[in-house]
Amino acid sequence: MQLTVPFSPDQASTFAGEVDALYGFLWALTIFFGVLLSLVILYFAVKYRRRHENEIPRGVKGSMRLEVVWTVIPFIVSMGIFVWGANIYYTMYRPPAEALDIYVVAKQWMWKFQHLDGHREINELHIPVGRKVRLMMTTEDVIHSFFVPAFRVKMDVVPGKYSTVWFEATKPGRYHLFCAEYCGTSHSGMIGWIDVMEAPEYQDWLSGGASGGSLASSGEKLFQQLACNTCHKTDGTGRGPALEGVFGKTVKLQDGSTVTADEAYVRESILNPRAKVVAGYQPIMPTFQGQVTEEQLLELAAYIKSLSGKQGSEGSGGAAMPAGSPRPAQPAPGTAPRH
Amino acid sequence: MESVGTVVPPRTHYVNATYGVRSWLLTVDHKRIALLYLASVTFFFFLGGLFAVLIRIELLTPKGDVFQAETYNRLFTMHGVVMVFFFLIPAIPAVLGNFLVPLMIGARDLAFPKLNLLSWYIYNVGALLTVIAIVAGGVDTGWTFYTPYSSTYSNSNVILTGLGVFVTGFSSILTGLNFIVTIHTMRAPGLTWFRLPLFIWSHYATSLIMILGTPVIAITVLLLALERVAHVGIFDPALGGDPVLFQHLFWFYSHPAVYIMVLPAMGVISELVANMTRKNIFGYKFVAFASMAIAVFGFLVWGHHMFVSTQSVYAGLVFSFLSYAVAVPSAVKVFNWTATLYKGSISYNTPILYAFGFIGFFIIGGMTGLFLAALGVDVHVHDTYFVVAHFHYIMVGGTIMGFLGGLHYWWPKITGRMYPEGWARFAALVIFVGFNLTFFPQFLAGYMGMPRRYYAYPEEFQVLNVMSTAGASILGMGYLIPMVYFVWSMRYGPHASANPWGAFGLEWRTSSPPPTENFAETPVVTWEAYDFNPHEEPEVVGITGTES
Repeated sequence: MQLTVPFSPDQASTFAGEVDALYGFLWALTIFFGVLLSLVILYFAVKYRRRHENEIPRGVKGSMRLEVVWTVIPFIVSMGIFVWGANIYYTMYRPPAEALDIYVVAKQWMWKFQHLDGHREINELHIPVGRKVRLMMTTEDVIHSFFVPAFRVKMDVVPGKYSTVWFEATKPGRYHLFCAEYCGTSHSGMIGWIDVMEAPEYQDWLSGGASGGSLASSGEKLFQQLACNTCHKTDGTGRGPALEGVFGKTVKLQDGSTVTADEAYVRESILNPRAKVVAGYQPIMPTFQGQVTEEQLLELAAYIKSLSGKQGSEGSGGAAMPAGSPRPAQPAPGTAPRH
Repeated sequence: MESVGTVVPPRTHYVNATYGVRSWLLTVDHKRIALLYLASVTFFFFLGGLFAVLIRIELLTPKGDVFQAETYNRLFTMHGVVMVFFFLIPAIPAVLGNFLVPLMIGARDLAFPKLNLLSWYIYNVGALLTVIAIVAGGVDTGWTFYTPYSSTYSNSNVILTGLGVFVTGFSSILTGLNFIVTIHTMRAPGLTWFRLPLFIWSHYATSLIMILGTPVIAITVLLLALERVAHVGIFDPALGGDPVLFQHLFWFYSHPAVYIMVLPAMGVISELVANMTRKNIFGYKFVAFASMAIAVFGFLVWGHHMFVSTQSVYAGLVFSFLSYAVAVPSAVKVFNWTATLYKGSISYNTPILYAFGFIGFFIIGGMTGLFLAALGVDVHVHDTYFVVAHFHYIMVGGTIMGFLGGLHYWWPKITGRMYPEGWARFAALVIFVGFNLTFFPQFLAGYMGMPRRYYAYPEEFQVLNVMSTAGASILGMGYLIPMVYFVWSMRYGPHASANPWGAFGLEWRTSSPPPTENFAETPVVTWEAYDFNPHEEPEVVGITGTES
């Protein structure tokens, strides 16, 4: 399906060809119907032009058969397009089970990326070619939208929740990253680059830069600083449930319902602990709303994930902050809430 | 008055029945109220247009060099707010609808003449609030007012603008209510539902949307204000709200609002096509029911604005499916208009040129709607210039073609004067060319990845943006020409007869301009709609020729 449409961006992901194929088909359809109707209208307009001022043509009765034909044909054609488009969409929004996870925090007006190994980037994201990448995204303020034209992917980044997008780059290069949802004054400045690299170069990039520990290890430090470990003891004797091996599992709740322990549940449990209390435990955990940033929440999630042996292996080696972003000061527990 | 030699006996009609500012500002005559609305919407059209000119000037170059980013954000927001709420929504219903609904059904006035006047005042109060908001520094949220930017982060006049939109909504509700009651209760004897002009059907469908949809935007704006002022957590997650909820509520009105704009235009086009070919509309009932189907289905597709909003994938599938369902009745209308041309007596006067222009824009706008309803493609083009181009073709191209086409066609009825045909054809052509040159390149820029609402953009998009700006300057000239000759013709245009087009319909069976009471006596309708040739049996056509 390597169809190239004029006026289209680079085809640099596995989705690009598929989207372009449907897009090209739709233009073909548009041109077909557009030209057909224009010719018919033009032909009628010339053939049946008014010959004299008082001309009154004979009426024409409507035709049920014609009406059915031009109701059914557009319906069938549009159902075809619906299925075709839905198919692509469904793939886009079913993230693969195994993928390189990268966390994204958007804010007015920048994109911050956290790699699991601790690399942090701003407005620039390095990824390897030929590998599925899954972004888990949230925002500190308003709605933003992650848009990489060359990948044909876009996903809103909504405050208060995590949204996910995935793609597999097929061509090394440097591609635009845009914020597509209007987000205030410097909306058009909230742009960046996706650097797609060949595997060896990507390994080089990973091993470069300063160290700061992996995302999970930052989360672990935070876990201790915030004194989470006083209740969430590893041996399960604490006032909160032990978190080892929990991530990705189904958790039974007090009210008998269940929830999958994913990033969103970790986030909710930290910010609004009483929303979904694990069966057998008391709702005594205080909220950490205002004490942890979105980035720190992702670090904590990465740590809890690592306790289930899920991750942490991504491109080990020294971690770095190539973009020179100072690590946000980690507030001590009990610091006044800040928004 | 003019030096014609013959003495024309002065005739009393709605324009010269009474004189003075009071007689206009306190009028309850639907025809005069239509003219009041015409003045208001024309003003706002040119105000909104001015913002568009400034936007296009900024986008001539990739760098943000003419305005500050804050200014630019206010420009596109105010362009959208003014054009959508103060021009596109009221333009056809409040001007042509107000003028023609009673005339077309043989009534003396609308059912509630005083509510009609009230609706114009409410419109102006809302408009005034919005103008104050603009003068006080404007608003920068985009006309979509997405939360939590609008509720928490924006430092502009969100409340005042929202209040303007809130208040103006009531004028829409009153107009819709008035039309529905009028069409139900005041049709002339013999004028059954299926004898109604299609203009009436489309205004009936539009009115349903107005009274069912508008309250939702009012409530939404109110909730937004409540959150902004009193910090009640509804949309801002920091206060416990859900920002995506706002999008659901907003589009629940604002998608049907597109049909408030385009359905009346479709009604105008049906009139133009029938009367400029002097033929009955092919498939009358299908065109009438298509309007109703669009009004009903239009309420079920709002989620197609939200395919990448974190709405569930399954909701996306349902909304995509329903969006294709609403595309079908629109296609049916286009086919029926085209079929109406068959064996007609097609005039080349300006009104039909606008009808052809409408069909052209509607094909491009409608087909690109199929692109956007296709989930996989929408992900890429959502919030890019592709969307901007698409909705300008439908909402603006469609509505303006309908509005200007209708204004030309009914101008002799409204003013009793003819407009200059040569200039009018020329202006129609200029507008058609200018519009395409402005907006077609935006489809391409959008697919290439240019996001909307960008004040500065990467250089690869410049060529297309220059084309767009060039087109906009042609388009702007195209809009000014009718403005000039319409004003000219009010005084100097040749006098029009009661029915200069040889058109069908009750409005042409009274004098031009009509008397205040519309008809000397209540007409009794004994004919079908567009029955130009009652003496010959209508020709039967079909695919096989053996049509039942």
